[in-house]
Amino acid sequence: MDVKAWTFVFAGLSFGLYIAIAIWSRARSTKDFYVAGGGVSPLANGMATASDWMSAASFLSMAGMLSFLGYDGSVYLMGATGGFVLLALLLAPYLRKFGRFTVPDFVGERYDSKSARLVAVVCALFISLTYVSGQMRGVGVVFSRFLEVPVETGVVLGMAIVLLYAVLGGMKGITYTQVAQYCILIFAFLVPAIFLSILMTGNPVPQLGFGGMLQGEIGTRIAGGEAISLLAKLNQLHADLGFAPYTSGSKATIDVFAITLALMVGTAGLPHVIVRFYTVRRVRDARLSAGLALLFIAVLYTAAPAIGAFSRVHLLDSVAGARYAAPAASEDSVKAVPEWFRAWEDIGLIAWVDKNADGVIDYRPGRAFGGGTPSFVAPPTDGAGRGAHGERIVANPILEGPNELYVDFDIMVLATPEIAGLPDWVIALVAAGGLAAALSTAAGLLLVISTAISHDLLKRTFLPRISDRQELLAARLAAAGAVCLAGYLGIRPPGFVAEVVAFAFGLAASSFFPVLFLGIFTRRMNRQGAIAGMATGFLFTAGYIVHFKLLDPAANNAAHWWFGISPEGIGVVGMLLHFVVALTVAYLTPPPPAHVQEIVTSIRVPRGATPARHRH
Amino acid sequence: METRESTIQDVASDSGEAPLARAYWRANRLVMLGLLVVWFAVSFGCGILFVKPLNRLQMPGTDFPMGFWFAQIGSVLAFVVLVFAYAGIMNRLDRHFGVSEE
Repeated sequence: MDVKAWTFVFAGLSFGLYIAIAIWSRARSTKDFYVAGGGVSPLANGMATASDWMSAASFLSMAGMLSFLGYDGSVYLMGATGGFVLLALLLAPYLRKFGRFTVPDFVGERYDSKSARLVAVVCALFISLTYVSGQMRGVGVVFSRFLEVPVETGVVLGMAIVLLYAVLGGMKGITYTQVAQYCILIFAFLVPAIFLSILMTGNPVPQLGFGGMLQGEIGTRIAGGEAISLLAKLNQLHADLGFAPYTSGSKATIDVFAITLALMVGTAGLPHVIVRFYTVRRVRDARLSAGLALLFIAVLYTAAPAIGAFSRVHLLDSVAGARYAAPAASEDSVKAVPEWFRAWEDIGLIAWVDKNADGVIDYRPGRAFGGGTPSFVAPPTDGAGRGAHGERIVANPILEGPNELYVDFDIMVLATPEIAGLPDWVIALVAAGGLAAALSTAAGLLLVISTAISHDLLKRTFLPRISDRQELLAARLAAAGAVCLAGYLGIRPPGFVAEVVAFAFGLAASSFFPVLFLGIFTRRMNRQGAIAGMATGFLFTAGYIVHFKLLDPAANNAAHWWFGISPEGIGVVGMLLHFVVALTVAYLTPPPPAHVQEIVTSIRVPRGATPARHRH
Repeated sequence: METRESTIQDVASDSGEAPLARAYWRANRLVMLGLLVVWFAVSFGCGILFVKPLNRLQMPGTDFPMGFWFAQIGSVLAFVVLVFAYAGIMNRLDRHFGVSEE
């Protein structure tokens, strides 16, 4: 069987499993639909939270980013995992004790205000919608690479699957499919990582092999008879080609600091992750499942930098200085590009411009051509679109610098099995893992969107008289609508989607995290402070990002940034502003009423019931 | 008012929490603060602010520059330990103050 057949088998089997779970775990009440009935075990919730959180970007892009950014990529590792510490210590147990259905629920009741709830709904919808379209896109990319169907067909297929289990099962269906998806994605991620680690370092544990000597089948060849560690070799290759050392950074410390903190706080404030903690039975289960979730995430997040380093060494060794054209039989010793290089070039994720017309790939720092991703003059099958050595000709404006190569971050994980020469089924397994990662996150986000509409907008604000059955129907309809919208955004991504996905974090950091934190840790915080804080944090962060990313991208550099902080890290400033404005306003206005203060008292201790709503 | 089971909440007054609840909350915040200091030290400290001097050292038994190791592996492992430690300590505190569930 070839890769395509194996991918059909794995994708088909996993989809069949998700559908079976969907049918088995139909939601019968709004409580089932919103919080899976509230009785999920900590282990299941830990796995579900891990796959909920690990998106297509974690699975497909992160190892690639680390590979290209070296130390500078650490912000994503620390940011994502460090955020779970904040979530586990500062939010999860208290929100579990509060025990409602959505994040706007907490905001609305803690601050005793419909307006605060509505502001929270707007933030939740905005964060989740930007994020979900990226997931649908990820589904489409995996399909198009491995099953050779158009991206659109892939997106529609993915939509159909999510629609089925999210609409039928709500949180209940999502929880148990996420458990299955975690198992699939972690297996799919680790198998090639372990193989690669053995081949390059002789150590089956990637996290250790990463810091070891170059040994094993591929490692010995790359080391060329020298006893050298993988990281030392990597720094040496970087130095030879003029790249900054892999193990030290090139970004300003303040920016690294700000981006890491923004990602951490943003992770803690992502509504689709927070709501997972409503699904367990007790406060102590929330604490435990946060630990398990982070453990499950750490398995992938510590293997990713290893894959990044392995694939970087391999890329530099096999591609830099290689001849593009296949060598004639008489010149065996000439280094030619590996076969996977052409396969990815055909898909458009690798491009090469032979600036000095020597037929050799010169890989150096800097960009080969302008205009971002490559656009080719002709499809790969058309010989007219090929250059002197058979390479695809790009239509982008060619830049001055010495670099001739473009490699998309996203291919590193997908190409790993091919790089290591692993069997076809492993490649197909990685494809199924990528789909699992994208679908699990998409489902969690869709649930946030649908509950924000059916519960926060309808039941709690505009149509309080609807019955549980009607609310459940509304939730299902909203989920269906959200899936279609997400699919549309995945097929026709507005130009800015890729740019703003990272900012979902900035917005979560500047709008949600502070309002939740203050609601738990300060009794004095009131509705005026909360609304002013959320609005300030959201508007400031969104304004900064829109300015530098959309209105004036030319000025998006350190010389123009405030305090030297890039748009990726600006959520930290937004968060600080939120805190300052919220506290100032709160102390200038009357304290919250007694029944609200009682809620605060009760959520701080695990035992006892939280005071009922609508006491006024 | 609905039924309240907790001993703490029984004595809670409108002005704030009862002494026992206050003590529990103080202990809770102390635990959090201690763990967050470690959280900050391993990531922002070892992984970012002091990464350059630490990179001159190597992790024993491996070829990792120490700062780089903290930034890419060590901090993540430390986070996992921190969250489990929090769960363990808090469960104990809950029992000590008689506020655990069931």
